[in-house]
Amino acid sequence: MNNLIRLVDGQAQLLSDDPWTLVREIEDELPTGPLILPLAHWREGHGIWLSPDDEVESLELRLGELSLIAIDFPSFRDGRGYSQAYLLRTRLGWQGELRAIGDVLRDQLSHMRQCGFDSFAVREDKSAEDALKGLAGMSVLYGRSAIEPRPLFRRR
Amino acid sequence: MYHYDEYDRALVFERVAQFRDQVQRFMGGELSEEEFLPLRLQNGLYLQKHAYMLRVAIPYGTLGANQLRTLARIAREFDRGYGHFTTRQNIQFNWIELAQVPDILAILAEVEMHAIQTSGNCVRNITTEAFAGVAADELMDPRPLAEILRQWSTINPEFLYLPRKFKIAICSAEQDRAAIMMHDIGLYLYRDPNGEMLLRVMVGGGLGRTPILGLQIREGLPWQHLLSYVEAILRVYNRHGRRDNKYKARIKILVKALGIDAFAHEVEQEWQHIKDGPAQLTDAEYQRVANAFVPPSYQTLSDTDLDFGTRLVMDAAFARWVARNVQPHKVPGYASVVLSTKPGPAAPPGDLTDIQMDAVADWAEIFGFGEIRIAHEQNLILPDVRKRDLYALWARACEQGLGTANIGLLTDIIACPGGDFCALANAKSIPIAQAIQQRFDDLDYLHDIGDVSLNISGCMNACGHHHIGNIGILGVDKNGSEWYQVTLGGAQGKDSALGKVIGPSFSAAQIPDVIEQIVATFTDYRESDELFVDTVQRIGLEPFKERVYAKAEGEAA
Repeated sequence: MNNLIRLVDGQAQLLSDDPWTLVREIEDELPTGPLILPLAHWREGHGIWLSPDDEVESLELRLGELSLIAIDFPSFRDGRGYSQAYLLRTRLGWQGELRAIGDVLRDQLSHMRQCGFDSFAVREDKSAEDALKGLAGMSVLYGRSAIEPRPLFRRR
Repeated sequence: MYHYDEYDRALVFERVAQFRDQVQRFMGGELSEEEFLPLRLQNGLYLQKHAYMLRVAIPYGTLGANQLRTLARIAREFDRGYGHFTTRQNIQFNWIELAQVPDILAILAEVEMHAIQTSGNCVRNITTEAFAGVAADELMDPRPLAEILRQWSTINPEFLYLPRKFKIAICSAEQDRAAIMMHDIGLYLYRDPNGEMLLRVMVGGGLGRTPILGLQIREGLPWQHLLSYVEAILRVYNRHGRRDNKYKARIKILVKALGIDAFAHEVEQEWQHIKDGPAQLTDAEYQRVANAFVPPSYQTLSDTDLDFGTRLVMDAAFARWVARNVQPHKVPGYASVVLSTKPGPAAPPGDLTDIQMDAVADWAEIFGFGEIRIAHEQNLILPDVRKRDLYALWARACEQGLGTANIGLLTDIIACPGGDFCALANAKSIPIAQAIQQRFDDLDYLHDIGDVSLNISGCMNACGHHHIGNIGILGVDKNGSEWYQVTLGGAQGKDSALGKVIGPSFSAAQIPDVIEQIVATFTDYRESDELFVDTVQRIGLEPFKERVYAKAEGEAA
């Protein structure tokens, strides 16, 4: 995938040589190389993507075999992906790459980051470089996040 | 009052800068209408019929005098000299230029105010009753927990794109004056015999197209778990609430579909994962916030004031105002005063001019401790007035058109802005309210009728809370013309009830007659000092229907 932002050790990088290919629908012949496959079609050695209807808990036993999880935002106004990401990080203990795909836009990136995403496949008609500006968000977060488990009242 | 510290201040100013950039990108064509929409909504900005409308939060209804003066300034400099107080402790400015919004938000930030999440599919302004901290029947002050909830829900990244809007209210008094039962989450705060603060949690209330009263999901929740429990409810809702149909997306539909027991089970399971984690509230945090709400330095006064007593006897108009607009206070010698924004046809319910706002801010300083409250009935409250000052305050309130002695009476109408402003409305609200107020302009008669709540909504979204009015009026569209459906028997508070439709809808011109017939039926059947709502409950809808529709048919024939 291109047009990608990835956080490495907290630093944002723009990637144009990402090896993963997103497979939205299974055709007879799959592309070569590492694939991001729908939950129902996952096979070993590949990544997986979740739709908003998929239960993250269903991945629990498989996490050790996965190398990438992507969460799809069919619309940026569908907020289920935030809870999926937060649970993957804080409850299921997923430490690998967590990628936002679909309607991924600058003005939601900071929320995604706080919910645990560390890579962002920015919608193709938008500039990933421009979207970088949305990654930081506010300096203040009252509640908890996947990055900072202590709410502000335990830090202020 | 709660005052911002460096974190709160940084957040609102950063938010202004962020939105300024978003407005510029929208105006420059970088952001599409669709992309900009939720961003502007989460900053309180609607596009109405004629202009942008900015809705500013008044968290749990508490305002300082300087804040009210700032609202007056915004009305004067950026709007047409007035603002509209809503049924959810917000103020709306109806004639706003998009390009000026960031400047307005910056002015608000200077006085520790914002418009964050006053709209959009997210957690909205946290509300409580207008007499919090001063009501004679209060169990404890709900505002510290309301402020804690406000902070927790503000830009909480997981819950900004919920299926639909989400409203939370909290109250802690014998009487429920915060309409708890019609909120997505309603919280009753009380103490157990050992003095521990506990919460009774209601869920799934809401009006709109499918009016439902909240159901109890938990009793006896220790206050330390407030945030984790609300988080559990929101997470279950965010994951499982319907998103395919806007009208079925509120949490009430999910609760109804699953049943309260199954929903409660889901929440309980979710909560078990998080309940003892870092979200658990600490005594230190409660104290930090509660310290902001310590009672002001009241004088030690006798509960009876000679001058006040004399005025009551000498001046019948004053006595009538005191009977309706003055509420008991927990401190002897003090009272809370309700300033009516419903003078009759002279002004729409909930509207205040900049001059009136400045005047109220002055009175708050002269006659109180510089605080003002906003009631969900759209009136303003001065919470701490010495009884001896009531007469002087009343005189000034009358001069400013804020002294109408009609709190709780038929003309204390709750109404949304309706079709005059709102793009969603099917029908106008304000002219209906004014026509009724005009018909019932005899204060003596109104006082004889006694307590009647009359709520008007211009559409199904029910911003005027028509379902819980003793008399509810709903604007409906029939083949492009405006009609009004009437309900009876709604009530708010601990005995909340949803009104029932009395029959086919009426034209705007018929409404004053209809209300008159309803009131006449009531006075015919009333037993001694019975309240309107009790009479409706006792005799049912039939006598009202008979009279109203017999009259309507008679006219048609």
